[in-house]
Amino acid sequence: MFAKRHVISMREFSREEIDSVLDLAESLEPYARGGRCEALRGKILALLFFEPSTRTRLSFETAMMRLGGKTLSLGPAEGSAMAKGESLADTIRVIGAYADALVIRHPKEGSARLASEFSPVPVLNAGDGAGHHPTQTLLDLYTIRKESRLDDLKIALVGDLKYGRTVHSLAYALALYGAEITLVSPSTLEMPDRIKADLAGNGTIVRETHALEDVLGEVDVLYITRIQKERFPDPYEYLKVAKSYRIGADSLEGARDRLIIMHPLPRVDEIAPEVDGTRHAVYFRQSFYGVPVRMALLKMLIGDRLE
Amino acid sequence: MKLRVTPIGNGTVIDHIPAGQALNVLKILGIDRTTEATISLLMNVASRRSGRKDIVKVEDRELREEEVNRISLIAPGATINIIRDRKVVEKRTVDMPDLIVGVLRCPNPSCISNTSEPIRSQLLVKSKNPVILRCVYCEQTIAEKIADYLI
Repeated sequence: MFAKRHVISMREFSREEIDSVLDLAESLEPYARGGRCEALRGKILALLFFEPSTRTRLSFETAMMRLGGKTLSLGPAEGSAMAKGESLADTIRVIGAYADALVIRHPKEGSARLASEFSPVPVLNAGDGAGHHPTQTLLDLYTIRKESRLDDLKIALVGDLKYGRTVHSLAYALALYGAEITLVSPSTLEMPDRIKADLAGNGTIVRETHALEDVLGEVDVLYITRIQKERFPDPYEYLKVAKSYRIGADSLEGARDRLIIMHPLPRVDEIAPEVDGTRHAVYFRQSFYGVPVRMALLKMLIGDRLE
Repeated sequence: MKLRVTPIGNGTVIDHIPAGQALNVLKILGIDRTTEATISLLMNVASRRSGRKDIVKVEDRELREEEVNRISLIAPGATINIIRDRKVVEKRTVDMPDLIVGVLRCPNPSCISNTSEPIRSQLLVKSKNPVILRCVYCEQTIAEKIADYLI
């Protein structure tokens, strides 16, 4: 079911392909937790981060090591020095000859697609500017499947739905599963009409509200995103909005028993620490699930191709 | 109707260009001041079909299909007449290609295709009428003021 050479954008994934990644991730989870696995022994993964990142980078590195492979990496300092002189295309051609696959994060949108055109080996997009971050979407889907359910799902996407493009790709992917999506955001950060129209065109039920309490009792998943201060010209307005979308233990009264709360992390103060200990909080497990999901992709792109 | 420009002997006549778009048609065809071909350009002439139209005549050059098809971006109703020995030997309409390469730049300033990387812009045609294009690199869509993005 999975014949891709590169992982660049969620737009290219069918539901069957997503399922095949999630299934493999599930079978690899024991190895993600430390079980011995040598599936990619002797293979090298190059991590090209032209922008700082901690969790995505470490999670890819962990995934490769848990599969018995090795990593080499280009730090942000080297990355920016390189970006000054050499074209990205050349960097990719050179490093592509050293490694069995490349992971790239770059500030320019479309950079991962460009890399895939010049790379002799598979390319995985770990974020291209405000563009795509498909491995985040896949780990989000894995979390939902594991901790809640993907079929007949009722989910609320909360926070900055305008600029956060990872929420956009998540919404598209959820539409493949027929999810009922409620968009909860301040009026200045609503999801762009173009995307809402696309979703509605696919037959997805999309509702919109500004008030979190309207939906809290009705959803299986609350997907919280960070509202960035920079988006508001007026700091007072920011504080007001940020406060109204903050999840505390008291805001969870009336929530479904099996409600799960997700967050791509890092969080600032969208979710109060007191929520961490409740049965609803899954965001730290969500972050861990990035390892088996990235293991699955690496195994599919590097391992199976050689056999 | 009085003829303002005499018919050409050999070459290509692009007719039914929306009024005001003739210069953009030349731009799309890559015809600029360095050209040695004889070019006639008519703007705002009367048209039975659309009131006013522009016409471009390129002498001694038969434009290739992929060249004229790019014109569809700004002049979807244009007709192309290939002239040999004063006779129209071929008449065709423009058909928009599925992929537009190196003609328009992506409107997204943060797109990698707007840097000095060794690539040409590539836009996928999502819809021909109305024209909706999507950048192959950053996936930004272009639907309005397409002529503004001509390279």
